[in-house]
Amino acid sequence: MLLRFFLMGLDRKAGIVLTILAILAVAVPVMTLWVPADSPFHLSVFTVSLLGKYLCFALLALALDLVWGYCGILSLGHAAFFALGGYAMGMYLMRQIGPRGVYGNPELPDFMVFLNWTELPWYWWGFDQFWFAALMVLVVPGALAFAFGWFAFRSRVTGVYLSIITQALTFALLLAFFRNDMGFGGNNGLTDFKDILGYDIQADTTRVALFVATVAALALSYMIASGVIASKLGKVLVALRDAESRVRFMGYDTESYKLFAWSLSACMAGVAGALYVPQVGIINPSEFAPASSIEAVIWVAVGGRGTLAGGILGAVLVNMGKSYFTGALPELWLFALGGLFVAVTLFLPKGLLGLWGQLTAKLPRRNKASPLPNAQPANQTAGQKGA
Amino acid sequence: MRRALRWLMALCVVVATSTAAYAADPRAIDLRPLVQALGSGGYSGTEKALAQLSEAGDPAAVPVIEALQAGDLHVRKADGAVVIARKAGDAFTLTDPLTRAALGDAPAAAVEKIRINNALRRAISASLGALTLMSPDAGVRRSAADAVFKSRDASALETLSAAIAKEQDKGIRAAMEQARAAILLTGEAASKMTDAEIQAATDTLTARGDRDALVLLNMVAGSGASDITKRSAAAAVSTLEQKLAFWAALQNLWYGLSLGSVLLLAAIGLAVTFGVMGVINMAHGEMVMIGAYTTFMVQEAFRAYAPGLFDLSILVALPAAFLVSGGVGIIIERSVIRWLYGRPLETLLATWGLSLALQQAVRSIFGPTNREVGAPSWMSGAFELGGLTITYGRLWIVIFAFTVFAALLVALKRTWFGLSIRAVTQNRPMANAMGIRTARVDALTFGLGSGIAGLAGVALSQIDNVSPNLGQGYIIDSFMVVVFGGVGNLWGTLVGALTLGSINKFLEPYAGAVLGKILVLIFIILFIQRRPRGLFALKGRSVEA
Repeated sequence: MLLRFFLMGLDRKAGIVLTILAILAVAVPVMTLWVPADSPFHLSVFTVSLLGKYLCFALLALALDLVWGYCGILSLGHAAFFALGGYAMGMYLMRQIGPRGVYGNPELPDFMVFLNWTELPWYWWGFDQFWFAALMVLVVPGALAFAFGWFAFRSRVTGVYLSIITQALTFALLLAFFRNDMGFGGNNGLTDFKDILGYDIQADTTRVALFVATVAALALSYMIASGVIASKLGKVLVALRDAESRVRFMGYDTESYKLFAWSLSACMAGVAGALYVPQVGIINPSEFAPASSIEAVIWVAVGGRGTLAGGILGAVLVNMGKSYFTGALPELWLFALGGLFVAVTLFLPKGLLGLWGQLTAKLPRRNKASPLPNAQPANQTAGQKGA
Repeated sequence: MRRALRWLMALCVVVATSTAAYAADPRAIDLRPLVQALGSGGYSGTEKALAQLSEAGDPAAVPVIEALQAGDLHVRKADGAVVIARKAGDAFTLTDPLTRAALGDAPAAAVEKIRINNALRRAISASLGALTLMSPDAGVRRSAADAVFKSRDASALETLSAAIAKEQDKGIRAAMEQARAAILLTGEAASKMTDAEIQAATDTLTARGDRDALVLLNMVAGSGASDITKRSAAAAVSTLEQKLAFWAALQNLWYGLSLGSVLLLAAIGLAVTFGVMGVINMAHGEMVMIGAYTTFMVQEAFRAYAPGLFDLSILVALPAAFLVSGGVGIIIERSVIRWLYGRPLETLLATWGLSLALQQAVRSIFGPTNREVGAPSWMSGAFELGGLTITYGRLWIVIFAFTVFAALLVALKRTWFGLSIRAVTQNRPMANAMGIRTARVDALTFGLGSGIAGLAGVALSQIDNVSPNLGQGYIIDSFMVVVFGGVGNLWGTLVGALTLGSINKFLEPYAGAVLGKILVLIFIILFIQRRPRGLFALKGRSVEA
């Protein structure tokens, strides 16, 4: 049953994506750990973490593409779910520090000692257990998305209004997490992590293992997403993206369909955040900034909305560009990003993958005489016009 | 004109008589030996001489005592004369403390500082307070009265009474009387006062009616004073508390109105581009920022070429900002937005990209730091209205916001251009058929919305930091206001802005600024669930368009 679900989504594109991910999962550890450092094929640990970061963003983009590309919900607050997942993981990592903090308090993280708190707030309970934190990575973003979507979809808030209130949501969370008395480290966030599951978080092997975990999470999420899209449920999603009222009049409970996809997407974003935090080593409230959510939207737009693989491609390409520009030409980065927003919306409405599709669709028609399937409908429309 | 002249003459007479009164002070005595005595006998000698100086009550002693306070008063070792010595390089420049005549330079070893301790410091400020009460300068007398009110120094009582008897200015006399009441009620004298005197003193303090008076009366009510004092103070406290609560509510309302008008200014341009045209303009905040930077440029030009006319710079900046922001808006519409009509989400992304590029452009040209935009003299300062403190800057912004709102309303309802805008909004093909150039109307409408944002930038440059990030702080708030009020309805924007402003300011005292803002955001999110189309929703066919 489950196997069928996954197999259903496996088309040629999925095959390519999964193959690339599999190659990454094997090649990167080998090139980092076993290829000698002076070989041109050696990858530094820094590069591995950077790649891992890109793939976390790719997972966020995949989650966003699921709701934007297939349900027509443009979320301007998806980074909020990403950050919440990140905070859940960050809380686990903070508890792992134990008495090795600056103040040496075995129970309380440093910033709480600094604020003169005497005991752990109730919402930090349980985060010393990995299984609990991992559960929370899924539950917290999922539950927030469920509650938010429950209200929003039921009152039929759609389109731009929905986008704006998702932005309000992430802005409210940004302000809240900046507060010191929220108990999440305020402005500085959570950082200075020591180890994860008993392994040193700085060690090369841990870094590579985290990268492999990210690749695995991305592959699994891709399979889930493409399975959902290929299923009957996915067809309903696409239908309600294109004509919601019509689907509703046909008797489908559109709110529930949207709510499912929306919550699933939030959980994926949470996982992306959770994998991001140990590789970057810090989580702070700036992740909630509305700008980071909108940046995630542009990844999807660049790669190609409604293609799943496009989100991954876009996230990796844009972030590689960002790494290059902010290092080499920091003045120009915002111009480049801004120009990208404008250029993609004006000239590449279907993104890079769509461009590829357009090119490959045109080429054979130009070269060979058009085979039947294309000629038939053209004749039909001509006939209708004449009639 | 004639009346003004008469006022001027009357003023001259008052000033002349008052200075004459001070000059002919019968108590005037030679200060020289007293000043000289400051320098001998150690701390106690200085203190004694200081007491005599302040008893003499001559304002001429004020600079001497101030020099003592600042540690500038020295004794010249050669002849034992007391001089003011200020360090200039290695040596000291000497001046005579009373006549201010220069006495030449002296090496550091030739003078000895008159040192003061904490007891002396207290005595100095008390005697300064007392002496300045007699100053011919009205401003000095008022601040002296306020200083005595704060210090409640019983030794100033006699001087204070003398000053009250002599005071001509009603306001200053009231301040002095309040200071005396404060000393009487809290000092030892309270036990010897009659009931009527106590009542009079509490009444004086109640009449002052501010938080300081309340604190004082509370102190009296809780102190070990006689029952009668306590009872009358307690009664005064409750009257005063009610009054203060009333004014506090009114002040909150004013702050709410003020914040609301800022929100209105920021949102009103968006109400045109988003509300009327349906274009999600995320670069709206940058239009505001461009307006603010235009103000900065205009002011720089005024500073360079016509510094005397600086007060008029804002008036020139208004049309300039409108034109610059409006022009940028038209360019954006023609180059980007017109390709994206009917695709609101894509418009959102493209304009967000534009906003990033505009921010970086301004950062590259003007630098990332805040730019100084000055306030013209008629916008600085504040006035008191009962218990309200209203700054002129805020008052002008409130007036300006409502003026812009009214002007926009008139422009949309009463002009040919406004008619075209409404026609195109309601039925584009029909308007086109009637000969309206819809493309041009689109561009001009977008320009109008952006131009209004530029006007907002002029106003906001007066109260906010002019930096490349200026616009970002307002964009989310503006969208909240427009969505809350109802898209496509200017009145909704007005009500939305004022409501959100007031809610914010009334929540602030209880929840703090940040939490208050979070609560407002949550409130809006929940509100949109109840009314997905805002407070004043458009009905009918245009809703689905």
